[in-house]
Amino acid sequence: MSPMLNIQSLTFHRDQLPILEQLQFSLETAEVVLIQGHNGSGKTTLMKLLCGLLPRQEDFVVSMHGQPFDPNQTRDRALFHYLGHQNGLKLELTCLENLRFYQQFSGSQSGQSCQQVLEQVGLDGYQFSPASQLSAGQKKRLALARLLLTSRTLWLLDEPYSNLDLDGIALVDQLLRHQISTGGSVIMTSHGSFVPDVLPHRIIRLNHGRIEGVAQ
Amino acid sequence: MSSPLIAAMTALFNRDMRLGIRNRGELASPLLFLVLIASLFPLSIGRDPALLQQIAPGVIWVSALLASTLSLGQVFSRDYDDGTLEQLLLSPQPLAALVLAKVAAHWVTTGLLITLASPLLALGYQLPADIIPVVMISLLMGTPVLSFIGAIGVALTVGLGRGGMFLTLMVLPLTVPVLIFASSMIAAAMGGQPIEGHLLMLAAILVLSLTLAPFVIATALKIGMS
Amino acid sequence: MNRLMRWIHIKGSPENYYRLAGRLIPWFAIPGLLLLVTGIVYGLVFAPPDYQQGDAYRIIFIHVPSAWMSLFIYLGMSVAAAIALIWRIKVAELTAMACAPIGAVFTALTLLTGSLWGKPMWGTYWEWDARMTSELILLFIYLAIMGLYQAIEDRRKAARAASLLVLVGLVNIPIIHYSVQWWSTLHQGVTVLDRKMDPSMLWPLLIVAVATKLIFATNLLQRTRLLLISTESRKRWVREMAKTETPS
Repeated sequence: MSPMLNIQSLTFHRDQLPILEQLQFSLETAEVVLIQGHNGSGKTTLMKLLCGLLPRQEDFVVSMHGQPFDPNQTRDRALFHYLGHQNGLKLELTCLENLRFYQQFSGSQSGQSCQQVLEQVGLDGYQFSPASQLSAGQKKRLALARLLLTSRTLWLLDEPYSNLDLDGIALVDQLLRHQISTGGSVIMTSHGSFVPDVLPHRIIRLNHGRIEGVAQ
Repeated sequence: MSSPLIAAMTALFNRDMRLGIRNRGELASPLLFLVLIASLFPLSIGRDPALLQQIAPGVIWVSALLASTLSLGQVFSRDYDDGTLEQLLLSPQPLAALVLAKVAAHWVTTGLLITLASPLLALGYQLPADIIPVVMISLLMGTPVLSFIGAIGVALTVGLGRGGMFLTLMVLPLTVPVLIFASSMIAAAMGGQPIEGHLLMLAAILVLSLTLAPFVIATALKIGMS
Repeated sequence: MNRLMRWIHIKGSPENYYRLAGRLIPWFAIPGLLLLVTGIVYGLVFAPPDYQQGDAYRIIFIHVPSAWMSLFIYLGMSVAAAIALIWRIKVAELTAMACAPIGAVFTALTLLTGSLWGKPMWGTYWEWDARMTSELILLFIYLAIMGLYQAIEDRRKAARAASLLVLVGLVNIPIIHYSVQWWSTLHQGVTVLDRKMDPSMLWPLLIVAVATKLIFATNLLQRTRLLLISTESRKRWVREMAKTETPS
């Protein structure tokens, strides 16, 4: 069986400097892959390239279940959920309004209500608070709550653990377990050597745009 | 058109409207700007009613142009900063349609308000009452074009962190046709001449920008975000 | 189609383009300069004076070809910009960006000579004449394109954004032109210049018109080469060239 996501000879330059060079890896169904590396190792570039926020400069192949995967196609954009460094929240709106907007905007189909999702990320009681009143960690939780509103098979999470306390880290782990239990897969990044308890299944170490090593 | 698309566009429009209402101060500033600019002219030129009437179409339109353009910086730059612009680009819906919803929300919170406030200016410049509808129609048809052209400029400079002057320099030359047709329409009406020709030209420009601008803005955003 | 695209990509590769442009430059530069000198001397010295304007009219030998160039270059820039956006060809991006300053200079020259000519013709340096006003707005558009290209740090992104602005301007220019004409007929009589021209006046005009195109081509190739080596300065072909070739 072909893997969930297969990436071959992925290369990216910025102002002639190589940011990513000939990356090659794959992601299986119900697998969590952690991309680890220092600041400037190319993690965010890789994520943005995968989700189509950066243009492809050279020909490389990304395929999903053997089919070509191109985030520039609207059809393929419905397959994944990307969470970047910014939380994508409107601070003037309340938690509930932020989620309701996203639910309607993304045409979400996970079957969970905004209220339920808020409870799952530990923000019950905050539904009518403006997002501006939340702490950095709580904002991150609200951003993570969006993952539960849609049921996308691929999650691309850039630094999901940043700003989170121990409870928050446990929450991310719980979300990841939920995702793989439904047959979804995750690529996420983390700087430094921090490795969450149970997950991930594989760690890819990125250094100056090259894969330095893979740990199971 | 599919219904998820309509739902996404509605959600975006409603959210931006809601944000506009939450920031009432920002909602009011283009209007205050408009009135302020327009009241600088009598102060600097004099209060001769004949002179004021003669310069009124130009003054009203130049003020509207500046008020609309200067308020544009917010359309995408804030979304860029908080990451909601990424959501737009990653949505499975066509970006041009989403852009259309955003520009529509911007227009309602600036252009439409300017249009509604314009009778005040017309009265201040002692225009006859039967000219006021013409002023309003010219703004109603012209300000959406300003929003579209301005949004192109904002999209091209998104993430640069330089709005204001640079944006204005880039956008204003492109708005010359609207300025000419709209202000000469008011002048024509004041001179008792027919205004159909001007009206049709404005309509043509509006249709052109309505059909082309969303795609241009979408392309510009994709370039700007990369 | 595929073979054509491959051919374009090989021939249009920065390295090949750089060398080809270098070889072509003399073929444009030498005839261009010769024609320019011929046309200007012919126009300024040997062409007969105008029966109404005397010698003042002679500025048209610079003014009119510059005005033609200001639009011609915009069209050329638009073609390059469209190719750049559709096929993402780097050489096309840089060609479009190299066009903008040359076009701006010709537009500024048109305005300058037009205003100098306006003094004896209209008695004023600036008249809100439809053509002059259109040229003024065209100059602003050129400057906006150059400004945008400078403002964005990433060179490729800058070129693509500015190329898009070029195309937006292209759609706008006819509308601006038409609206300005409409406006000027409302406010004043149309300036009449379309008299029949004596061949002895027409010839130098045409010679200068051809000369300006050749000089534009020369300048364009030079500027594109310059942009190429500066944006590819880390590529191997530039490094090797820098080692083997002495700068000329």
